[in-house]
Amino acid sequence: MTTMTEPARSGAPARAGTSHFTGRARPVEAVIRVVLRIAASVTVITALGILIALVVPAWGFFREVPVLEFLFGTRWAPRFADASFGVLPLVTATLWTTVIALVVAVPLGLGAAVYLAEYARPRVRRVLKPILEILAGIPTVVYGLFALQFVQTVVLRDVLALQTGAFSVLAAGLVMGVMIVPTIASISEDSLSAVPLALRQGSAALGANRMQTTLRVVFPAATSGIVAAVVLGISRAVGETMIVAIAAGNQARLVGGPLEQGQTMTGFIANAALGDSRVGSLEYDTLFAVGLLLFAVTLLVNAISIRIVRRFREIY
Amino acid sequence: MRTRSPKIISLLAVVASAGLLLTGCGGQSSEGSEDGTSGTVTVDGSSTVAPLSEAAADLFRSEQSDVNVTVATSGTGGGFAKFCAGETDLQDASRPIEDDEIAACEAAGIDYTEIIIANDGLSVVVNPENDWAECLTTEQLATMWGPDAEGTITNWNQIDPSFPDQELSLFGAGTDSGTFDYFTDAINGEEGAIRTDYSPSEDDNITVQGVSGDTGAVGFFGLSYVEQNSDSVKAVAVDNGSGCVSPTAETVQDGTYAPLGRGLYVYVANASYTDKPQVKSFVDYYVENASQVAEDALFIGLTDEQLTTAQDELASLAS
Repeated sequence: MTTMTEPARSGAPARAGTSHFTGRARPVEAVIRVVLRIAASVTVITALGILIALVVPAWGFFREVPVLEFLFGTRWAPRFADASFGVLPLVTATLWTTVIALVVAVPLGLGAAVYLAEYARPRVRRVLKPILEILAGIPTVVYGLFALQFVQTVVLRDVLALQTGAFSVLAAGLVMGVMIVPTIASISEDSLSAVPLALRQGSAALGANRMQTTLRVVFPAATSGIVAAVVLGISRAVGETMIVAIAAGNQARLVGGPLEQGQTMTGFIANAALGDSRVGSLEYDTLFAVGLLLFAVTLLVNAISIRIVRRFREIY
Repeated sequence: MRTRSPKIISLLAVVASAGLLLTGCGGQSSEGSEDGTSGTVTVDGSSTVAPLSEAAADLFRSEQSDVNVTVATSGTGGGFAKFCAGETDLQDASRPIEDDEIAACEAAGIDYTEIIIANDGLSVVVNPENDWAECLTTEQLATMWGPDAEGTITNWNQIDPSFPDQELSLFGAGTDSGTFDYFTDAINGEEGAIRTDYSPSEDDNITVQGVSGDTGAVGFFGLSYVEQNSDSVKAVAVDNGSGCVSPTAETVQDGTYAPLGRGLYVYVANASYTDKPQVKSFVDYYVENASQVAEDALFIGLTDEQLTTAQDELASLAS
């Protein structure tokens, strides 16, 4: 996943591929260029490799199970004697956890970003930013245990007295939101800071106060970066495995409300991958079909983000 | 920047990485304990039997501290796949080996010895706040868990009209588990026949989590998990037609806790036993001290008769 912000660098040459450097090139430069090219290609090749590794078994899967039955069926029971392969239950659980996570992470993340970029004094900023980074560094399995043992039991069942069992998509989603806050805050804050001072000064000169400047001038100018941040957050939420595997539950069912348990796509892969499905069997290929679906969803979300970023990008 | 510093730094980097690489070439330098055995014993399989094997490993470590016994839980089915591929030394199993697994082991040339190492009362558990289901008949269990119940039986009062209006929440073993095979066979009459809208997991601790967190929850796993989590779950008495029987050591050993009383198995790879002294050492210890291990791990031990059989099996292995 790459960050989509592309602030124009005034130091970059006008045409890509040309160089400021017109002196005589030393031979080692050619070697370095090859090495760097290899490094860049490795990422592309890895992505292609993953795609192929997913598509080949998934092809075997779709020869046995019709695509429409897979995409729109409502019963997911691939490992039982009376098997069904309708992926909708997994999709509903993923949707619920992702939406809850975003509802938590977007306001908190953007709020933190605006505060850090516009309002915080340098000393506060110096303390707050590292703390935000610490949140990003906590292992997701620890987050998962926190969701299961604290959020679900103490917060939801005891303090809020909600009718819920041992697992719920709400606990998993809430904690996932907290996990994503640093991602959204960090990238948004970078793009808010990249808005030139001149715009803020111009706005102040016209008589706007700090809040009006932030909301009406700076924020719209940084839209592409903020959209990129939110989309990155979505990708992380959709792909998150440990938290949902631990706290959201194991039962593949159509999730109707936040207090219910459910199994997400990633949770299914995590659970099933540890089992004993024979390589090449339909059960085994099911893993890759769900993996391919995840890949496709993330690809789609990223593609939309690139479009939006390009549309709204401001070049100063 | 002076040109000497980068050279010194790169020299240091090369030396450091060479040092790190060479530590990997150390090899087995550990000295054995009293009789010189060391090495690893790989155990995998049932999550029901795993606590027993872990207890044996703990006790064994106090005598032979250089033998490393690792116990994994891939489920009885998952474990057999690895065992018959020659990847593990011992297989924990909560049900006997099946025909297709026998064939797989034969095809791979893996000879094994089956030893019954403990007894178990497969228990049906409910939340401690469940005060209405003290005893369930096997018919009620079949109604609750059978394939026809999927989507239809969702409330306790459908099991018995006298039960309160409480939503039913089901947790249990997954399809790789020997406990799953045994339960479906004993209650639903056919191995693998079960409703699919429950929360399956190969890890019985997750089932404990689920049942303890939901008033209307019900689950099933081995008796040792009930004993270990006696404050989070509660075992239900099962009525087979001859009255309500609770799972205890006595009822399991004398056979009155039916149909859910069962033996727990350990399968030893004969090749591992003869070729690896640490495996022989561990298996001998395990069988000799089976009663002690069962007591420590809160399992139901073997009857005297079963103990003699196990020792005979061991003797035939050694010969």
